[in-house]
Amino acid sequence: MVILSFLAALGRSTLGMLAALGRISIFAGQTIGHIARPPIYLKEIGHSLVNVGYFSLPVVGLTAIFTGGALALQIYSGGARFNAEAVVPQIVAIGMVRELGPVLVGLMIAARVTSSIAAEIATMKVTEQIDALVTLSTHPMKYLTVPRVLAGMVMVPVLVGIGDIIGIMGGYVVGTQSLGFNSATYLKNTVNFIESLDVISSLVKGAVFGFIATLMGCYYGMNTSRGAAGVGRATKGAVEAAAVLILAANFLLTSLFFTI
Amino acid sequence: MIELSDVHKAFGSNKVLQGVNLSIDKGTSMVVIGGSGTGKSICLKSILGLVRPDSGTITLDGEDVTKAERDSFLARFGMLFQGGALFDSLPVWQNVAFRLMRGSLKRPVEEAREIAIEKLRRVGLKPAVADLLPAELSGGMQKRVGLARAIAAEPEIIFFDEPTTGLDPIMSGVINDLIREIVVEMGATAMTITHDMTSVRAIADNVAMLHDGVIQWTGPVADMDNAGDPYLEQFIQGKAEGPIEAVR
Repeated sequence: MVILSFLAALGRSTLGMLAALGRISIFAGQTIGHIARPPIYLKEIGHSLVNVGYFSLPVVGLTAIFTGGALALQIYSGGARFNAEAVVPQIVAIGMVRELGPVLVGLMIAARVTSSIAAEIATMKVTEQIDALVTLSTHPMKYLTVPRVLAGMVMVPVLVGIGDIIGIMGGYVVGTQSLGFNSATYLKNTVNFIESLDVISSLVKGAVFGFIATLMGCYYGMNTSRGAAGVGRATKGAVEAAAVLILAANFLLTSLFFTI
Repeated sequence: MIELSDVHKAFGSNKVLQGVNLSIDKGTSMVVIGGSGTGKSICLKSILGLVRPDSGTITLDGEDVTKAERDSFLARFGMLFQGGALFDSLPVWQNVAFRLMRGSLKRPVEEAREIAIEKLRRVGLKPAVADLLPAELSGGMQKRVGLARAIAAEPEIIFFDEPTTGLDPIMSGVINDLIREIVVEMGATAMTITHDMTSVRAIADNVAMLHDGVIQWTGPVADMDNAGDPYLEQFIQGKAEGPIEAVR
């Protein structure tokens, strides 16, 4: 009896998860459809570009610089176990560009932007502002979702690029100031080691993570239930879904770029 | 003319509308009354297409609203929402002129702003309010801005959802008078949802009472007090005892 109940609960949650994935996929498809069709609200897109990109710079920069510095220290102390301290510049570069840069920026965007989008749209939903948009002949998807998702797809790769550079500079500062690396050699090793595929994969990951982060904010915001508790649940759900999907997408993209 | 015929709507096992039949003649003001949670707002949102009825038909001038071209259909409507539903991120004048700044009714920005200020003046707000954000206004002022937005594009039909809820009696009186004046002045068809009987008497030409998912009584406002309908009588007089259960 206990086993049956357990299996039933497992089945219910699996079906629920698949249904949610289906709804999210339909929402994503509708969003892409609306991106391709006018009207385009340029003012809202501009506002979203600034909000997603410019205002995320401080958090992205700080995350990247500390991660790059810590990575240099870890590689140096770990590498010392088999006399490989010299590979610090190369591993910091490849680690930041291929993995840590995109993933950490993606997660920071999920924390900062996804939560803000979900809370804003959910509040608009519970205060009937979304209904008001419809009565004013404005499609909520075009006015709210499309500008934010476009901004995510454009600005997150830029943030990833900046994060990669700042992270590498963090490693450079630690490497040259406390690990005794020569400045010119560190930079030369870094530049020589990075390939164009590393950079392309980093930027593509940024675009995909930007899409996921903003889409989840919009989806959960638009589908919130009533009241303050509904807004809270939408925000929490959006950040959780964005973080998990970003990590899953990272695995898939890494497989696509570097193992096939 | 707006006509609802045998409209049903349920949310899960909760049957909200169970065969609503209602006609609103052109140029008249219909007020729908009824207790909280009886489906008044669902009725109104069904006409606008914000909620899709499970069955039944809703027509506007004989045309099924679900088959009408959305943009031109919605351009005929203005709506004042219960909480104002003003867009927090936009200044007051852009809220009022929202419809005039995009879509088929788009005007130059300066013209849209002038119209917004004129509409704000019409609802008794000074031009200085135009550049404030909605969060900087009192509840009564937000309602008036919502009213200005509802009439900005001079629609043929205006919906008012609980226009006086949460306002003090004086501000309620101001809003009621404004609604009546605007509807008469514009010759618009109006549909108002309220359970404020003072509003009913100030705004209505006709009244419909919604209870148990159907229109329990409808008729001219002048006949309301002598209708002899026990549901209507209990509601008007605000009695706890009667056919309408106090605990729902």
